[in-house]
Amino acid sequence: MPADYTEIPEAAFENIEQQRDASKLGMWVFLCTEVMFFGGLFLAYCEYRHLHPDSFAAASSHLSWMLGSVNTVVLLASSLTVALAVRAASLRSAGTVNLFLVATVLLGIAFLSIKGFEYYTDYREGLIPGSSFTYSSSQPGVQAREVEMFFMLYFIMTGVHAFHMIIGITAFIVLIAMSRQRALSLQTIENAGLYWHFVDVIWIFLFPLLYLVGHH
Amino acid sequence: MSHAIVSLRSYLLVFAGLLVLLGATVGASFLELGIWALPAAMAIACAKALLVAAFFMHLHQENSLVRLVACAGLFWLGIMVMLAMSDVLTRL
Repeated sequence: MPADYTEIPEAAFENIEQQRDASKLGMWVFLCTEVMFFGGLFLAYCEYRHLHPDSFAAASSHLSWMLGSVNTVVLLASSLTVALAVRAASLRSAGTVNLFLVATVLLGIAFLSIKGFEYYTDYREGLIPGSSFTYSSSQPGVQAREVEMFFMLYFIMTGVHAFHMIIGITAFIVLIAMSRQRALSLQTIENAGLYWHFVDVIWIFLFPLLYLVGHH
Repeated sequence: MSHAIVSLRSYLLVFAGLLVLLGATVGASFLELGIWALPAAMAIACAKALLVAAFFMHLHQENSLVRLVACAGLFWLGIMVMLAMSDVLTRL
């Protein structure tokens, strides 16, 4: 960010405060569209879980609640580092902003690595939905097709979430580069932060719904 | 609107609160809560989301227009979920 931190508003705005408010409002409207985007997936999950509770519980028990918990801690920590980066930007401390942004990128990559390892484990266990999907269980009420539906939802929801994280990590890498050239404004980093926190909130709901349904 | 800068201690307390709630949701999943397992998990998740939205996303300092937009998103989500689930819960 600029050393003296003077920001000049665009011509459409009376002052920088008004511009910042407009920019933030726009970000929240975008996040509303994201709520509806993920909302459809959560709705599909609710319906199928309601219809096939036993199969969903059996399927969920194949996921590692421990890896899921570790990943939740990693993601919550990355939200903290983003919040601290925004705070440092408000305090006009460019060096600290960079430090926390780098920490966020590293935590994001750690999350995706653990997620990748989980996907690999799922693959080894034969839990990827598709024409070759087979599942047998002695438990009453557990059907292979319904278990497959759980994993379909699991891969789509966590996959879309991971894709959002890749976008977020890319955005923060760009922000770090901008910050190095002292071209990073407070409103840019605030909006990127809002996006990252939103992705964190999605995971807060995905974790108990996917990992903690069955007995483990 | 220019925000008062939140103290480092507050952010760390929010993070600690999030970790406690994570422990609570994992702990609750080991108890045999039956039909209350899902409401308990969702209540804890909502509490975590509220902490993130209020403090990390600064909603507690935001003007009412921004809060209204945030609530509107949840309202529309509510319409979608309620109408769809009313069908599933009563007919299937």
